[in-house]
Amino acid sequence: MTKEFRTVKTEIRLPYELAYGETWTRFFDGMQEKKIYGNTCPKCNRVLVPARAFCPRCFVDMDKWVEVSQEGTLIAWSYTNYKYYGMPTEPPFIGALIRLDGTDVNFLHLLGGIDLSNFEEVRKIVKNGMKLKAVWSDDRKAHIMDIKYFKPV
Amino acid sequence: MAKRVAMIAVAQNAGTESKDNFYDQAYRVTKEVLDKAGMTRDDIQTIVSASSDVFHGGISCANSYYWETTGAFLKNASRQDGESLFALFYGAMRIMTGHYDTALVISLCKGSENPPLDTCTLMYSDPFYFRNVGLTETLAAALQMRLYMEKYRISEEQCAKVAVKNLRNALGNPYAHKKGRFTVEDVINSERIADPLTEMQCAPKSEGMVATILVSEEKAKKYTNKPVWIKGFGSSIDSYGIGDRELLNGQLRQAAKRAYKMAGIKNPLEDIDMAEVTEPYAFQELLWCEDLGFCRKGQGGKMIDSGMTEKNGEMPVNPSGGVLANNPYVSRGLQRAVEAFLQIRGEAGERQVEKKVKTALAHGVHGFAGQCHAVAILGR
Repeated sequence: MTKEFRTVKTEIRLPYELAYGETWTRFFDGMQEKKIYGNTCPKCNRVLVPARAFCPRCFVDMDKWVEVSQEGTLIAWSYTNYKYYGMPTEPPFIGALIRLDGTDVNFLHLLGGIDLSNFEEVRKIVKNGMKLKAVWSDDRKAHIMDIKYFKPV
Repeated sequence: MAKRVAMIAVAQNAGTESKDNFYDQAYRVTKEVLDKAGMTRDDIQTIVSASSDVFHGGISCANSYYWETTGAFLKNASRQDGESLFALFYGAMRIMTGHYDTALVISLCKGSENPPLDTCTLMYSDPFYFRNVGLTETLAAALQMRLYMEKYRISEEQCAKVAVKNLRNALGNPYAHKKGRFTVEDVINSERIADPLTEMQCAPKSEGMVATILVSEEKAKKYTNKPVWIKGFGSSIDSYGIGDRELLNGQLRQAAKRAYKMAGIKNPLEDIDMAEVTEPYAFQELLWCEDLGFCRKGQGGKMIDSGMTEKNGEMPVNPSGGVLANNPYVSRGLQRAVEAFLQIRGEAGERQVEKKVKTALAHGVHGFAGQCHAVAILGR
């Protein structure tokens, strides 16, 4: 917008290099091998995914690693259709919470593999409770987007 | 509470885009609140500010920049990063130690100058996982809304009614950024940015320097015959991981319980006269009202249908227009307390509710889908 007063345009670019650490490294190495790793809390026995160093609820070390199912149930979704800096893909896309079979928390990822161009068509197909399955990228980089999206089974 | 603490004056600026420089705007609001309290800078012993580093302001260590404008240099001062209602708590706590009698609490945010809100909120996401999947405050809220609508059969219309009510209420608020008479259809047919959320169900990006002065009970009489007491406060924080959380069973219930206990609130619907809640997304007002005990779980839709939360209803919620009308991001929680103060004093002008307000509730929230909640009970 045109302003009747002077403004200064400024931008802040700050490079960081953050350590993944042992747990994230192992989890993302798994992604590269088309495996989703979680782990089990020795106290509450919940299977948490992604794998992590400790159970936030029980505050004890998580040591038993498990490869979890690549299929699950859609818990919640949003058809996101606006642009914001750093978005994972061009809009529209569907952000989704998925309960992978055998786990006790929800896994945030994208829902895809269907025509997303028309929202009215999308909402005829996408329903909470539907079964989904991971679709892997051929070009994997030990990154969360090594899973391209979860598609309806 | 051991020692009582009173709010004696408040000041804020309008949420619309201004030509003011950040520094001058903060100075004017600080000056105004001092003038209203009948104080000079010398009368203030300690200062608690709230602001965001870099993201909602463009300056790092922003507090070192603004200490002059908030009257704080040569004094004791610190900054709360995040929800500003906490700054009110910390100011009160300093007085409760017995070492201070006066405190200035100020929150600073000039939203019009900042990047789009979700450019900032994407940066709350961790860079290993959530940020790469695009998790913003809006996406988190949209997921929460989907769960809420499906679990309790809350309709789109019921969610949209919150925006209709709040934007209409804002017509009486000279500080509000967005206001107007809209229909449920207008709200539902606005741009569908993150279904089920439409654009009018999401808060704007507003300006807001918001200030209040707190004094000890011993000194309150010296400055005012209308003190507003901080009767109780409470907060609670949920897990960070949005997949780990029960999004419809968050921590507001716990935060409210703590505040109610401190304030001696037994039945919130009877003991509280009005509420200002932080609802960056329309449906959240319904969900938060359930957690505050204004209606039973899952009954938020019926509550808005009944008109109970209208300005002249049994429990007016956001007569100021709330955050949907004015969203000075960091300052929004403290602004709720300022609005509650005005209602209790009967000084809320055209947005004053009809019923007599003896006790009011102010609520603040930050993090994804209400990760962290804060509740303050204020009263005569």
